[in-house]
Amino acid sequence: MNWMYLLIVGVGGFFGAIMRYSISGKMNDPEKAVPMGTLLVNLTGAFLLGLLIGAGVDELLLLLLGTGFLGAFTTFSTLKLEMGVLWRKGNKREFFLYTGLTYVLGIALAFLGVVCGSYF
Amino acid sequence: MIYIYIGLVGALGAMLRYSIGILIMTEHVFPYATLLVNLIGSFLLAWLTYGLFKRIHLDEKLKTAITTGFVGSFTTFSAVSVETVELFQNQSMLLGCVYVFVSLVGGLGMCEVGFRVSRGVGEK
Repeated sequence: MNWMYLLIVGVGGFFGAIMRYSISGKMNDPEKAVPMGTLLVNLTGAFLLGLLIGAGVDELLLLLLGTGFLGAFTTFSTLKLEMGVLWRKGNKREFFLYTGLTYVLGIALAFLGVVCGSYF
Repeated sequence: MIYIYIGLVGALGAMLRYSIGILIMTEHVFPYATLLVNLIGSFLLAWLTYGLFKRIHLDEKLKTAITTGFVGSFTTFSAVSVETVELFQNQSMLLGCVYVFVSLVGGLGMCEVGFRVSRGVGEK
């Protein structure tokens, strides 16, 4: 374990977590069934990580921006909790909409990111 | 200063995710490390939110820092998307589909386990 690498991931994670918190706090409207804030951070993060991978940035930058920042900026646990609550509340339509939008667009945007990144 | 709390524990979550990735690094192409942290985190968030944190007395800011900050940063979605693309491109469509399926259904299952362990989940 290289301690400097670990620290770099932590610095990225610090800012990623704060940005996710402020965006989802503003955009996750409890009145609306689909949590737009979480959806936005996850889709943006998927595209940007694709971009970094496609561009083949060096190891340290990938740790800082990819593993640290984008890793913490996007979230999987909140996505699952929100999906689980939608399902339990019987909002099946919103459940499938949210799941479909997240996975289909997330993977498509990651692919687009990799393709765009390879031009750099 | 809730933002600082979120950032600090978010940094810890990201560092723990990275450490687990280093510890269980294998030659295998399948992204086991991401899958593992995401499944653990899905259980943890449901259990903390609807179980433990409903019962114990803790500052609300600290609870938010642990759930949104720590567990939120420990798990990740960006890696899942990019790893799926890499499996599609470099391995096989089948392996990519298996990864999406296990992440989608497995994560939801772990969240459900978290709900059940907590029992008194508010909604319905």
